[in-house]
Order: sequence, then structure tokens, then C-alpha cells
Amino acid sequence: MSSTRVPAEAPVHAPPVLGGGGQGVIGRALGDSVAKMDPRRLSRNPVILATWVTAALASLSLIDAAITRQPTAFALQIALWLWATVLFANFAESVAEGRGKAAADALRAARVDTLANLVGEDGQVTATPAHQLSVGQIVHVAAGEVIPADGEIVEGVASVNEAAITGESAPVIRESGGDRSAVTGGTTVVSDWIKVRVTASAGSSFLDRMIAMVEGADRRKTPNEMALGVLLAGLTLVFLIVVATLVGLGRNAGVRLDPLVLGALFVCLIPTTIGGLIAAIGIAGMDRLLKFNVLATSGRAVEAAGDVDTLLLDKTGTITFGNRMAVEVISAPALPDSLALNAALMASMADETPEGRSIVALAREQGLSGALPSDARPIPFSAATRLSGLDAGAMRWRKGAVEAVLAQLGLARGALSPDLDRAVDRIARAGGTPLAVSENDRLVGVVHLKDVVKPGVKERFADLRRMGVRTVMITGDNPVTAAAIASEAGVDTFLAEAKPEDKLAMIREEQARGRLVAMCGDGANDAPALAQADVGVAMQTGTQAAREAGNMVDLDSDPTKVIEIIEVGKQLLITRGALTTFSIANDVAKYFAIIPAIFVVSLPALSALNVMRLHSPQSAILSAVIFNALIIVALIPLALRGVRYRPIGAQALLSRNLLIYGLGGLVAPFVGIKIVDLVVSTLGLV
Amino acid sequence: MTWTGWAEIAFTLGLSAAAGLPLGLYLARIWQGGATWLDPILGPLERGLYALAGIDPKAQQGWSAYAISILALNAVGFFLLYAVLRLQGLAPFNPLHLGGMHPALAFNTAVSFVTNTNWQAYSGETTLSNVSQMFGLTVQNFLSAATGIAIAAALARAFAAHRGDTLGNAFVDVTRATLYLLLPVSLVFALVLVALGVPQTLAMRVDAATLEGAKQALAIGPVASQEIIKQLGTNGGGFFNANSAHPFENPNAWTNLIEEVAMNALSFGCVVAFGVVSLARREARVLLGVMLALVAAAAAAIYAAETAPTPALASPAAQAAHVLAGPNMEGKEVRFGASSSAVWTAMTTGASDGGVNAMIESFTPLGGGVALFMIKLGEILPGGVGSGLFGMVVMAVLAVFIAGLMVGRTPEYLGKKIEAREVKFAVLATLILPAALLGFAAVAAVLPAALKSVSAHGPHGLTEILYAYSSAVGNNGSAFAGLNADTPWWDTTLAIAMAIGRFGYIVPVLAMAGALAAKPRLEPTAGALPTDGAQFASLLIGVILILGGLQYFPALALGPGVEHFQMQHLIGR
Repeated sequence: MSSTRVPAEAPVHAPPVLGGGGQGVIGRALGDSVAKMDPRRLSRNPVILATWVTAALASLSLIDAAITRQPTAFALQIALWLWATVLFANFAESVAEGRGKAAADALRAARVDTLANLVGEDGQVTATPAHQLSVGQIVHVAAGEVIPADGEIVEGVASVNEAAITGESAPVIRESGGDRSAVTGGTTVVSDWIKVRVTASAGSSFLDRMIAMVEGADRRKTPNEMALGVLLAGLTLVFLIVVATLVGLGRNAGVRLDPLVLGALFVCLIPTTIGGLIAAIGIAGMDRLLKFNVLATSGRAVEAAGDVDTLLLDKTGTITFGNRMAVEVISAPALPDSLALNAALMASMADETPEGRSIVALAREQGLSGALPSDARPIPFSAATRLSGLDAGAMRWRKGAVEAVLAQLGLARGALSPDLDRAVDRIARAGGTPLAVSENDRLVGVVHLKDVVKPGVKERFADLRRMGVRTVMITGDNPVTAAAIASEAGVDTFLAEAKPEDKLAMIREEQARGRLVAMCGDGANDAPALAQADVGVAMQTGTQAAREAGNMVDLDSDPTKVIEIIEVGKQLLITRGALTTFSIANDVAKYFAIIPAIFVVSLPALSALNVMRLHSPQSAILSAVIFNALIIVALIPLALRGVRYRPIGAQALLSRNLLIYGLGGLVAPFVGIKIVDLVVSTLGLV
Repeated sequence: MTWTGWAEIAFTLGLSAAAGLPLGLYLARIWQGGATWLDPILGPLERGLYALAGIDPKAQQGWSAYAISILALNAVGFFLLYAVLRLQGLAPFNPLHLGGMHPALAFNTAVSFVTNTNWQAYSGETTLSNVSQMFGLTVQNFLSAATGIAIAAALARAFAAHRGDTLGNAFVDVTRATLYLLLPVSLVFALVLVALGVPQTLAMRVDAATLEGAKQALAIGPVASQEIIKQLGTNGGGFFNANSAHPFENPNAWTNLIEEVAMNALSFGCVVAFGVVSLARREARVLLGVMLALVAAAAAAIYAAETAPTPALASPAAQAAHVLAGPNMEGKEVRFGASSSAVWTAMTTGASDGGVNAMIESFTPLGGGVALFMIKLGEILPGGVGSGLFGMVVMAVLAVFIAGLMVGRTPEYLGKKIEAREVKFAVLATLILPAALLGFAAVAAVLPAALKSVSAHGPHGLTEILYAYSSAVGNNGSAFAGLNADTPWWDTTLAIAMAIGRFGYIVPVLAMAGALAAKPRLEPTAGALPTDGAQFASLLIGVILILGGLQYFPALALGPGVEHFQMQHLIGR
């Protein structure tokens, strides 16, 4: 019935996460940057628009010079380089967009229009094109078929290949009910079948939104971009005033200034470097997130990530492995160690829970090899006895909570030997769970089950602290257990015995103090908190509700990814600040190049300001303009890659960046303009 | 240069900053409505004034209401002063029968004193009666200073607020600053000045017999009372045309020291009070340190420039003729010498005071250039009373925004996020100064009607023009002399420039304060840029110098720059 059958095992598509783009991207960007010369498209960027207007005026003065038969070589070159400045700025934006577009193309290929098996209210199945499905309808998807739309599984379990979205070719299990019920249109059912209730109509599916996002179709200015835009527009206005008033001041000094030269000075002074790169920086930030397999619904979310003050992390699965694991077995006094260990092993032999398996693993690790007796009868865990175990022949092994085992043996808590009693206390205080083990009618020992903290987590939290992010662990555990794990993992604080609504309350409370909160979640009951958080990272494996509520989706469903997201946000802001500082610092050298050049004929004393000893007034001006244009191109890679972020503390970071981009920005153009001047004068361009 | 000269500079600056501490702590109390030991006397008076004016001192104002109140208060002040100046011929206490000012000059003078500029296009002793000096000018000396202090208070409250929507009450702030601070301090130090020989009388003339036996009429009047508020309120408008170079305004070393300290103490005090009220003492210390460091650097630069022998005197030819190559003493009072002139000039141009004890016109190009640059930096080092503080905070906001991004967070200053709105108003405020300054200067530089008033030719003449508009826009009021400013063009345009420089700056600052107040006040986190250390101080210095330098590089190059290089060039070889 289905028209598109995809071989179940074959990887469906190349991962959408494209690192670069290669030649195609550059070629397309070049074409795009010419198309962007339309001044209406530049209106969003006052700095580049001002450059465009200046270039147009320079061209008019060039035509005027040509008509009146004046020398045009200098005017021609200035005009060309002014146009080049606009072109380079457009190019920077196009390159950044191009990488997103390439990724979007790959995603679009996944959006094949399938025939869906629409299940009618009477149970009748009809083939319907996927784009005609509407929200609320039920479709049946069998093994080998492509899921036609985003939806929730209402019936069945299936393994689904989500490579089209995540790039991960190992299939994942999706089932009705619970937190793993969401499926995404464009992914493929590999085995079994499911019934899916459609939750998004064609055009607004997850894949569609993903494509739009990656392409940057809906790119709005972020708050920080707006603030920076105001500053850049203000600087542009200041320099317009400076240059315009120079006409009067110059005339007072007996100099009639050439409008072309004033235009050149104006473009050199306005912050074209950051103005040309600001859009590229923003797009590249989203792009870098994409490399981490994280999709952000807006640039605003990426930026907010850099500002996060508080990070809420679920204990389970994020900080700890999620399953309690046996780490030691303590024998009752006067019994050999191996007896207790063996009893624990036998009691767990048929226990398929992670805890049970971890006891078996621990016993095997310590050299026990006991096999399942042939007449073994597993005793599954029952809510009544709160015990599980194994009977074989006359032997009975049981394990369970200390109270439960004692009750089964008909003993009071006081009957516990002092040594074991101390051990039970110690385990509880350390945040672990003590399990008592019995063999026939006697208590033989206690197993220490522990929530094991993932390796490397502590270091990440230390990094976060240096970044200024406070970590809060959320757990359903009691405060004692929570405190023990919190201190072991190195989180700043914790919320114990947390109910889902506590998470939301905590976020609100933090926000009321003006803090930005990040969290990740997957369950349906995480949705309100995800929506409330400033940065809410939903797991791709999570429920549809969670995915809709968050402003980011992690395709790898790795909760620790939040740390990388925060770093990308910070990197984005740092790159903007660094290039702004660089751009402004550059102006000093440009003044030293141009001011002596335009006045030296009438006021020879000002040649003292020509500290770069530039060849001639014309070559000085041209060199400054060329440097100003080329620096945009030179910094495109930095804008796309981003200034590296290191969690070394704000003060050290600022010193470092001020040194590189502030001081470097002061010095670099002195060197750069001198080099361009040498080239210009050697080639005899003016 | 001598070590006593350096010591004098260091001592004067140190003393003025030190005096700022107790003044600031006291001022913080005044802002917060706290109890002072003057309450028994002034409390009833304060309440009486509110009752009389129908003001509810408890009513809080949002930023726009606050701004409108300040503008209205200053507008009324302007019209009253204009009337006093125009109608002076009809008023009593005018033994010399001085007539009213002509309209352009009265307009200029009224704007000048309302805006805390005190640019004087007139000669006090020959133009103004005692009524005009005391009820016209001195009143505005108090009110304009109190206006600056009030806005500093509003800004401090904005930073302290947590999602607040009010900035205080403008009328209460102006009243309290005047009653509890300016009046008592002025009263005490006016008496000290009288004791040290400054005249205070209603007589306008005293006859003196000169050494040659001739009889000379010397102008006197209520000098001491105006002198102290002129300095304390960074007004700078002297009783006499020669300002504090006049022996009746500034008779000796003690009065000179008192006047210098008074000129900066309250500006430093406003920073201290800001730190207390905005709960950011450590950050305020950085602002104060930056102000002190830059004004000290300016004093040192001027001192070095003014004591270096001019190239003409140091040339081999002059040396062969046994010419003594000493410091540049032209235009300086022999009583004060180069060091006192240097430190005074740095303080007066840094503080928007504008009172002078030497003629800046006669300084070397570099010395005069430094003075000019100090004004152009926006009058924040330490700036006018209150206005220096809020100007410095605007610079700090810009510095935090530009550099703060480089730590990877939305920049914060004193617990407030700096976003589009704040940046917009900060940029608007800083934009207004070069627009007015360079705009008028560029027109004046080519307009024959304006150029008639300029005495010097070439770059020095351009510097006169630039200085006049810088002084007006920066609300400084000092003059490069040499300029005949009482013409319709200069009277009018300088008055407009003064008004733009004052109110065009105050309104965006108050708008910024409103935006800041509405934000939550954040506790500092480890990831935020620390703004209370040496690193931020040097960053702030860098931003002030680079932003200021970028705006005025061409102007400074064409004025003092050309003159300096010409002087080196022509005589140096």
C-alpha cells in the first residue's frame, strides 16, 4: 500500500549536519552577495547602507570627472574599493547563510511525499497523500514505511530509524504512552507497526520548522544584535558629523576638501568591519549549534544561552547513570565474605532489573561464577513482600529493603548485628540504598546500591562554575541521598523530593531574581518548565509536548549537551564584542593615514602625523580604503568559527580578548595599511 | 618643572578628592532623605517651602515626570534671570546706574547660568548691578548645581531599584541639595574667603590711591558669596571679567587652594554618594579613580607643556643672545606660576567649572590643546557637580557594552543588564555633544559674521572657535579669550549650544535611568565582567580616550595640532 519503501537497514540519508559546504557554498555565496547589492535589502544594516550610498556618490563624482576630462585613475579605484566593501559585507552574510542552506537541502531531500495509510473512524484504511493529512487523524505505519507526519503513537511499539533527522543510523524504540511516544515525519519504521495520531499538518511539521530554521528564513534580530545595531548606527552618525563638519574646519584652514576623499574617510571611520560581519556572526552561531546536533528555534535562544545563570539538571541520566548499581557486599559477622556475595548473586540471578544485573556483574567481577541451578524458580518482586529472589531445591535466596527482609525473617530491626546496622546507616548517609540479602532463614549480608555519578561530570560542573553558571540538581530522592550525590558530582545546590511542578516553581523563582535559567527535559510533565525556562532544551526522543515547549531540540538526546549550548551562546557574544572592539580600535590608524594626507599640501606641519610614512597622500587614502575592505574578508573565517571561549573566568577572558582585539585592533591597521601602501606605490596604482 | 610644582599639583588634587569623601557620604544622606544635624534648623524651612509650593514631598516621579519637572524648573529660572538682566536698570541697588543687557546678551547670559556653564560674554564689573549678581546669577549658581546633583541622585536610585518605576522627586532633590548642602557649605566658606581678604559688600566701588599718586576706582561688591558657589557648584562665572586671576576674587595662595579644592570636591562627592545610594561603593571607587587619574594626567601634561621653554627661546640663536629660556609665563599670574595654573586649568576644564586663574589663550599649543581635549571628553573628569557623575556613568555603560560582550554575556553594569534601550539613550547622549560642538564650529569657521570676532589667524583662530563651542556644549564656561563673544551670532549660537549640551544630555540620561530602574537588579555572578577593579578602570580610560579622540581627532589636529607642529617646525631647526 505504501508507495515508498526504504530498505530497512540502509542508512536513509547522510546526516543533515554538514560541517562545511565546499565549493558550491562559495559559488552560491558570490552570486548571492551580488544580489544583495539592492539597497532595499541593505536597509537592515545602516553601516553597510551608508557605505553603499558613499560608493554611489563616489561613482557619480567619477562620472563627473570623466565628463570634465579630469584624471580618473584615483577616483575609479576609490569607487571600486568602496563597492567592494559592500560586496565583501554581503559575501560574509551569504557564506554564513550558504552553510545553512546546504544543510536545509539535505533535510528537504528527506521530506518525500509518501502515501499514508489513513485509518478511518470505522477502522477502514485508505491510502492518502501525506500532505493531505490533518491534525488528529490516525495513520498506520508498518515496517519499512516512512512515517508520513509528526505524531504521537497511540498503539503499538516499533523501532524507528531517525537518521533523516538526527544522522544517527541506529534505530530507536518508540512506543505508545510514556515519554517515548513522539515520532517525526520523514523517519522510517524499521520493525513492527504503530498507529500514529497526527499532531502537525504538512508545512508545520518538525522537519519543516527545522528546514526553515537552518535556512535562516525567519531570522529576526536578537536583543543583543539590536543593542549593538544601535551603537553602530550611533557611531555611523557621529562619524558623519565628524566628516561633514570637516568641510568647514578645513576651509577655515584654507583647504577645499574633495568630496571623494571625505567619502573615503567616512567609510574608513564607520564600523564597516563589524557592520559587515554582524549578520554572519549570528547565523554562524546557529550553525555551530547545528554541528552539535542541536536545533534552536531562534537566534534569541542561542544568545540567551550565553547569559544563563542557573542550569537545572535532572539527576537521573544526566548526572548519574540513572540506575543504582551494586558497589559492595557487606557480610554478616562470622560468615565468610563469599557466602554473602554468593547469596546476593543467587538472589539476583533471575532479576532482569538494572539493579539485579549490577549485582550479578559485581559478583562476576569478584570471581564468582555460579550458574543458574536447573531447578531454579525465580521469585519475582511483589509489592506485597517487597522482595525478590530465587528458590532452588531447598535453598531460598531473597533480597530487598532491609525492613522487608527482616519482616520476612520475623526479626525486629534491633536484631540486626551492630556491624550490619552500622553498615546500613553508612550506606544511607552516603546516599546509597542498602539491600538486605537472606539465605534460607538467616540474614547473610547487605548490598550497597549506589547511584553512580558519570565520569567527567564533576569537571564539567567546575567549568560551569567558572563560566558563572550555577548548577541545580533536580531529583526525586530524599534530601540525604540528594546531598550525597550533589557533593559527589560537585553541583552547587539541589532540589530533593522534587515534583514536576517544583521545577516550574524553581524556574519562576530564579527568574524573579533576574536570572536566566536553562534546563533540559523530555517528559510530558517537563513541558511547562521547558516553556518557562529561558533556554529549554528538549530531547529529540522526548514527547511531542516537550519538543514543542522547548526552544531547542537536541537531536542526540544528550542532556549534558546544555554545556556546549551555553558555550556556543557565549562564543557568539564574545565574537560580536571582539569584532566591535577591533573595528573601533582600527579607526585610530586610519586617522593617522588620512588626516595628514588630506591636509598636508596646505598645512605641511601636519606631515608630522604621517607616522606610517605613507608614500603619497593619494596612496595613503587608497591604502586605508583597501585595508578597510580587505579586513572584512580576512575576518570572515573568524566570524564563522567564532572567537574561542575558555572557561577561565570573566576577568582573565576580558584581559585576553582586550589584548588581542583591542590592542591588536590598534596596532594591526598601522602594519596593514603600511603594507597595502607599499604594494599600491610599488605597482604604481596612483 | 620643580618638585614643589609637582607636589602642589599632587597635594591639590589629593585634597579635593579627599574632601569629596565626607561631602559624598553627607550627600548620600540628603538623597536618601536621612536625618542630618541641620534638620532642626532646616527641616521646618524645607517643609514650609513644600507647603508653599504645593509639593507633596512623598510623591515619586517616573523618569518622564522627573525630566519634565527639571526642565520646567530650569525654564522658569531662565525667564526670571532673563527678566532680571533686561530690567536691571529699573531695579534698586544700582549705584552706577547700569542699564539692562541687550536681548542677545541677556539671552546668552541667562542660558549660560541656567545651564551651569557661566560663559560670560560680558564683563561683570562694568555690566551688572549687585541685584543682578546676587538675585540673578548667584541664584542660578545654586539652582543649576542642584539640578546636576538631583539628576545624579535619580540615576543612583535607578541602579538601586529592582523593577522600580520611579526615580524620586525632582523638586525635593533640588530643594534638599540646595538647603542642606550648597547653602551651608557656601556660607561657611564664604566667610573663610572674607577672612582671607575677598571683598563682600554692597558698595560697588572703592577709590584707591596708586603709587603714582593717581586716584583709581576699583570695582568691588558681594564677591565672596558668589565666589564660593561659583567654585563649589562648578559654575565658574566670575564676579570680575578676569575671574579668579583677579586679586579680589583670588587674593592669595590660601584662597587659591580653597577655590581649587571647592571646584572638584563636590563632583567627587557626587561619585561617592552615587556609590552609597546605588549600593556599588567599590564600582564608584573605580569611577573616582579614573576621574582622578585623568585629571592628574592632564595637569601633568599642561605643567610639562607650560614649563618647557618655547622653541624660540631655546633656539641656538636665542641662547647665543643669552636669553633666559624659562617657562611660558604669558597670561599667567606671577602669584600662581605655572604649577598652580596647570593644576587649576586641568581641574577647571575637567570639571566644567570654567573659572580660571590664568589665560588659557596664552598657553602653548599643547597646554591649551590638553585643556581643550579635557572639555571635549564630555566634562566627566570629574565633571560638573552631578553632571560629571552621570556623564561618567554613560561612558561606563558604553565601555561595559562594547567590552563586556567579550566575556560572553549580555553586558551588565551595577547589576543591570545593558540592552538596546540603555545603549540607545547612552549613544544619544554622547552623540548630542559632537553634533552641537562640531556643527556650530564648522559653520562659524567659514561664516564671515562669526570670524569677525576671532582675533587670531590660522590654527590659533580655529582653536578659539573650537574652544568657545566646546566650552558652551560642555557647559564649562571658560574662554580661550581672544574671542569677542558679544555679537548676535556668538551670543545666540553659544546659548543654543549650551542648552543642547545641558538638556540634550540630561533628558536621555534620565530616560536611560528610567529604563535601568525598571530592570531587575541582578546579583553579580562569576561569569559577569567585574567592574570594580583596575582592569575595568583601565578599560574605561581607554574607552574615554579612544571615543573622545575619534570624535575630535580632525578638529584637534587642525587647531592645536597644526599650531604645535608649526611652532616646532618653524623655529625648531
